[in-house]
Amino acid sequence: MARQKTILFACGTGIATSTAVNVAVTEAMKARGLTFNAQQAKATEVPGLADSVDFIVATTPISASVTKPVIKGLAFLTGVGKDKVLDEIEAQLRK
Amino acid sequence: MSDGLMQLLDPEAIVLGSDASTNEEIIRILAGRLEALGYVKSSYADAVVRREMTIPTGLPLERADNVAVPHTDPEHVLKPGIAMGTLRKPVTFANMEDPDETLPVGFVFLLAINDKDKQIEALQSVMATIQNPDALDGLRSARTLDDVRAVLG
Repeated sequence: MARQKTILFACGTGIATSTAVNVAVTEAMKARGLTFNAQQAKATEVPGLADSVDFIVATTPISASVTKPVIKGLAFLTGVGKDKVLDEIEAQLRK
Repeated sequence: MSDGLMQLLDPEAIVLGSDASTNEEIIRILAGRLEALGYVKSSYADAVVRREMTIPTGLPLERADNVAVPHTDPEHVLKPGIAMGTLRKPVTFANMEDPDETLPVGFVFLLAINDKDKQIEALQSVMATIQNPDALDGLRSARTLDDVRAVLG
Protein backbone atom coordinates (compact mmCIF):
# COMPACT_ATOMS: atom_id res chain seq x y z
CA MET A 1 0.00 0.00 0.00
CA ALA A 2 1.23 3.44 -0.91
CA ARG A 3 2.20 5.95 1.76
CA GLN A 4 -0.87 7.57 3.30
CA LYS A 5 -1.25 11.06 1.86
CA THR A 6 -1.95 14.22 3.86
CA ILE A 7 -4.59 16.75 2.85
CA LEU A 8 -4.51 20.26 4.30
CA PHE A 9 -8.02 21.72 4.62
CA ALA A 10 -7.99 25.50 4.68
CA CYS A 11 -10.57 28.24 5.23
CA GLY A 12 -10.68 31.73 6.70
CA THR A 13 -10.62 30.78 10.37
CA GLY A 14 -9.36 27.19 10.10
CA ILE A 15 -12.27 26.11 12.28
CA ALA A 16 -15.65 26.41 10.57
CA THR A 17 -15.90 25.68 6.89
CA SER A 18 -12.68 23.65 6.74
CA THR A 19 -14.18 21.35 9.39
CA ALA A 20 -17.34 20.83 7.34
CA VAL A 21 -15.27 20.16 4.21
CA ASN A 22 -12.88 17.82 6.04
CA VAL A 23 -15.80 15.72 7.33
CA ALA A 24 -17.51 15.63 3.92
CA VAL A 25 -14.32 14.59 2.10
CA THR A 26 -13.38 12.00 4.73
CA GLU A 27 -16.80 10.34 4.44
CA ALA A 28 -16.88 10.45 0.65
CA MET A 29 -13.35 9.03 0.29
CA LYS A 30 -14.08 6.29 2.82
CA ALA A 31 -16.97 5.28 0.53
CA ARG A 32 -14.41 5.10 -2.30
CA GLY A 33 -12.06 2.99 -0.16
CA LEU A 34 -9.50 5.75 0.45
CA THR A 35 -8.14 7.14 3.70
CA PHE A 36 -5.77 10.05 4.33
CA ASN A 37 -4.29 12.18 7.08
CA ALA A 38 -6.11 15.47 7.56
CA GLN A 39 -4.84 18.82 8.80
CA GLN A 40 -6.75 22.08 9.10
CA ALA A 41 -5.46 25.61 8.95
CA LYS A 42 -6.31 29.21 8.26
CA ALA A 43 -5.73 30.20 4.65
CA THR A 44 -3.01 32.59 5.81
CA GLU A 45 -1.11 29.69 7.42
CA VAL A 46 -1.06 27.56 4.27
CA PRO A 47 2.22 28.89 2.77
CA GLY A 48 4.05 27.80 5.93
CA LEU A 49 2.44 24.37 6.07
CA ALA A 50 2.22 23.40 2.39
CA ASP A 51 5.64 21.71 2.28
CA SER A 52 4.55 19.05 4.78
CA VAL A 53 1.31 18.05 3.00
CA ASP A 54 0.50 16.44 -0.36
CA PHE A 55 -2.21 18.83 -1.48
CA ILE A 56 -4.65 21.44 -0.24
CA VAL A 57 -8.45 21.65 -0.30
CA ALA A 58 -9.49 25.25 0.33
CA THR A 59 -12.72 27.23 0.47
CA THR A 60 -10.94 30.59 0.29
CA PRO A 61 -8.26 31.92 -2.09
CA ILE A 62 -4.74 30.61 -1.36
CA SER A 63 -1.51 32.56 -1.92
CA ALA A 64 -0.07 32.03 -5.40
CA SER A 65 3.28 31.29 -3.72
CA VAL A 66 1.99 27.82 -2.76
CA THR A 67 3.25 25.26 -5.27
CA LYS A 68 1.33 22.21 -4.02
CA PRO A 69 -1.93 21.41 -5.84
CA VAL A 70 -4.88 23.43 -4.51
CA ILE A 71 -8.38 21.99 -5.01
CA LYS A 72 -11.37 24.28 -4.55
CA GLY A 73 -13.56 22.92 -1.75
CA LEU A 74 -16.55 25.24 -1.88
CA ALA A 75 -18.61 22.54 -3.60
CA PHE A 76 -18.83 20.71 -0.26
CA LEU A 77 -20.60 23.71 1.24
CA THR A 78 -22.88 24.50 -1.68
CA GLY A 79 -23.40 21.00 -3.08
CA VAL A 80 -22.86 22.46 -6.56
CA GLY A 81 -20.35 20.36 -8.56
CA LYS A 82 -19.44 18.13 -5.61
CA ASP A 83 -18.93 14.91 -7.60
CA LYS A 84 -16.40 16.51 -9.92
CA VAL A 85 -14.36 17.80 -6.98
CA LEU A 86 -14.51 14.38 -5.31
CA ASP A 87 -13.08 12.87 -8.52
CA GLU A 88 -10.24 15.42 -8.44
CA ILE A 89 -9.46 14.56 -4.82
CA GLU A 90 -9.59 10.83 -5.53
CA ALA A 91 -7.16 11.30 -8.43
CA GLN A 92 -4.73 13.18 -6.15
CA LEU A 93 -4.98 10.50 -3.47
CA ARG A 94 -4.33 7.71 -5.98
CA LYS A 95 -1.23 9.42 -7.45
CA MET B 1 -37.20 17.27 5.34
CA SER B 2 -35.71 17.36 8.77
CA ASP B 3 -32.13 18.50 8.88
CA GLY B 4 -32.12 18.73 12.66
CA LEU B 5 -31.07 22.36 12.50
CA MET B 6 -34.00 23.51 14.61
CA GLN B 7 -32.54 21.84 17.73
CA LEU B 8 -29.40 23.92 17.29
CA LEU B 9 -31.07 27.26 16.67
CA ASP B 10 -32.09 29.37 19.63
CA PRO B 11 -35.63 30.54 18.72
CA GLU B 12 -34.69 34.02 19.89
CA ALA B 13 -31.79 34.03 17.45
CA ILE B 14 -34.07 33.66 14.42
CA VAL B 15 -35.00 36.78 12.44
CA LEU B 16 -37.52 36.32 9.63
CA GLY B 17 -38.10 38.69 6.72
CA SER B 18 -35.56 41.27 7.86
CA ASP B 19 -35.54 44.65 6.11
CA ALA B 20 -31.75 44.91 6.50
CA SER B 21 -30.27 46.40 3.34
CA THR B 22 -26.56 45.61 3.79
CA ASN B 23 -24.58 42.58 4.93
CA GLU B 24 -23.23 44.59 7.88
CA GLU B 25 -26.75 45.44 9.00
CA ILE B 26 -28.00 41.85 9.05
CA ILE B 27 -24.75 40.64 10.69
CA ARG B 28 -25.16 43.25 13.46
CA ILE B 29 -28.84 42.38 13.99
CA LEU B 30 -28.04 38.66 14.35
CA ALA B 31 -24.87 39.23 16.36
CA GLY B 32 -26.91 41.43 18.72
CA ARG B 33 -29.24 38.50 19.32
CA LEU B 34 -26.35 36.12 20.03
CA GLU B 35 -24.77 38.65 22.38
CA ALA B 36 -28.04 39.27 24.27
CA LEU B 37 -28.48 35.50 24.62
CA GLY B 38 -24.97 35.08 26.05
CA TYR B 39 -23.38 33.19 23.15
CA VAL B 40 -20.76 35.78 22.20
CA LYS B 41 -18.74 38.65 23.62
CA SER B 42 -19.45 42.28 22.76
CA SER B 43 -16.38 42.16 20.48
CA TYR B 44 -18.00 39.51 18.25
CA ALA B 45 -20.11 41.76 15.98
CA ASP B 46 -17.22 44.04 15.02
CA ALA B 47 -14.95 41.03 14.52
CA VAL B 48 -17.43 39.34 12.16
CA VAL B 49 -18.10 42.54 10.19
CA ARG B 50 -14.36 43.18 9.83
CA ARG B 51 -13.65 39.63 8.78
CA GLU B 52 -16.45 39.62 6.23
CA MET B 53 -14.70 42.50 4.44
CA THR B 54 -11.47 40.57 3.94
CA ILE B 55 -12.54 36.92 4.07
CA PRO B 56 -16.14 36.89 2.84
CA THR B 57 -18.57 34.03 3.41
CA GLY B 58 -21.11 34.19 0.59
CA LEU B 59 -21.86 30.76 -0.89
CA PRO B 60 -22.91 30.64 -4.57
CA LEU B 61 -25.86 28.27 -4.89
CA GLU B 62 -26.89 29.32 -8.39
CA ARG B 63 -30.03 30.87 -6.90
CA ALA B 64 -31.44 34.41 -6.84
CA ASP B 65 -31.15 34.21 -3.04
CA ASN B 66 -27.87 32.63 -1.95
CA VAL B 67 -26.57 31.88 1.54
CA ALA B 68 -23.84 33.44 3.69
CA VAL B 69 -22.25 31.93 6.78
CA PRO B 70 -20.46 34.79 8.57
CA HIS B 71 -18.29 33.85 11.55
CA THR B 72 -15.03 34.77 13.22
CA ASP B 73 -12.27 33.60 15.49
CA PRO B 74 -13.13 31.52 18.60
CA GLU B 75 -11.78 34.14 21.03
CA HIS B 76 -14.99 36.18 20.55
CA VAL B 77 -17.27 33.21 21.32
CA LEU B 78 -18.52 32.28 24.81
CA LYS B 79 -20.53 29.18 23.85
CA PRO B 80 -21.42 27.66 20.49
CA GLY B 81 -24.56 28.87 18.80
CA ILE B 82 -26.15 29.72 15.48
CA ALA B 83 -28.35 32.66 14.53
CA MET B 84 -30.41 32.63 11.35
CA GLY B 85 -31.82 35.52 9.37
CA THR B 86 -33.92 35.60 6.23
CA LEU B 87 -34.07 38.78 4.20
CA ARG B 88 -37.09 40.37 2.61
CA LYS B 89 -34.85 41.54 -0.22
CA PRO B 90 -31.43 39.93 -0.81
CA VAL B 91 -28.36 41.85 0.38
CA THR B 92 -24.91 41.67 -1.17
CA PHE B 93 -22.16 39.44 0.18
CA ALA B 94 -18.87 38.66 -1.55
CA ASN B 95 -18.20 35.09 -2.72
CA MET B 96 -16.05 33.08 -0.27
CA GLU B 97 -14.10 31.48 -3.09
CA ASP B 98 -13.78 34.59 -5.25
CA PRO B 99 -14.00 37.76 -3.11
CA ASP B 100 -14.13 39.98 -6.22
CA GLU B 101 -17.51 38.49 -7.09
CA THR B 102 -20.66 39.58 -5.26
CA LEU B 103 -23.75 37.47 -4.61
CA PRO B 104 -27.34 38.32 -3.70
CA VAL B 105 -27.91 36.64 -0.33
CA GLY B 106 -31.34 35.88 1.11
CA PHE B 107 -30.33 33.64 4.04
CA VAL B 108 -27.69 34.31 6.69
CA PHE B 109 -26.46 31.70 9.16
CA LEU B 110 -24.28 33.49 11.69
CA LEU B 111 -22.02 30.93 13.35
CA ALA B 112 -20.54 31.16 16.83
CA ILE B 113 -18.01 28.37 16.92
CA ASN B 114 -15.25 27.74 19.43
CA ASP B 115 -14.43 24.04 19.26
CA LYS B 116 -14.38 22.47 15.83
CA ASP B 117 -14.34 18.92 17.10
CA LYS B 118 -17.53 19.38 19.10
CA GLN B 119 -19.41 21.39 16.51
CA ILE B 120 -19.15 19.11 13.50
CA GLU B 121 -22.81 18.09 13.80
CA ALA B 122 -23.94 21.70 13.89
CA LEU B 123 -21.86 22.52 10.82
CA GLN B 124 -23.14 19.47 8.97
CA SER B 125 -26.67 20.42 9.85
CA VAL B 126 -26.20 23.94 8.46
CA MET B 127 -24.60 22.54 5.31
CA ALA B 128 -27.44 20.04 4.81
CA THR B 129 -29.94 22.89 4.99
CA ILE B 130 -27.92 25.02 2.56
CA GLN B 131 -27.83 22.14 0.09
CA ASN B 132 -31.57 21.51 0.34
CA PRO B 133 -33.38 23.86 -2.11
CA ASP B 134 -36.78 22.88 -0.71
CA ALA B 135 -35.68 23.84 2.81
CA LEU B 136 -34.43 27.23 1.60
CA ASP B 137 -37.65 27.85 -0.32
CA GLY B 138 -39.59 26.95 2.83
CA LEU B 139 -37.49 29.30 4.97
CA ARG B 140 -37.93 32.15 2.50
CA SER B 141 -41.68 32.08 2.97
CA ALA B 142 -41.55 31.32 6.72
CA ARG B 143 -43.10 34.11 8.79
CA THR B 144 -43.41 32.42 12.19
CA LEU B 145 -41.28 30.11 14.31
CA ASP B 146 -43.78 27.34 13.64
CA ASP B 147 -43.19 27.82 9.91
CA VAL B 148 -39.45 27.45 10.54
CA ARG B 149 -40.00 24.36 12.69
CA ALA B 150 -42.07 22.79 9.92
CA VAL B 151 -39.15 23.27 7.51
CA LEU B 152 -36.20 22.44 9.76
CA GLY B 153 -37.73 19.88 12.11
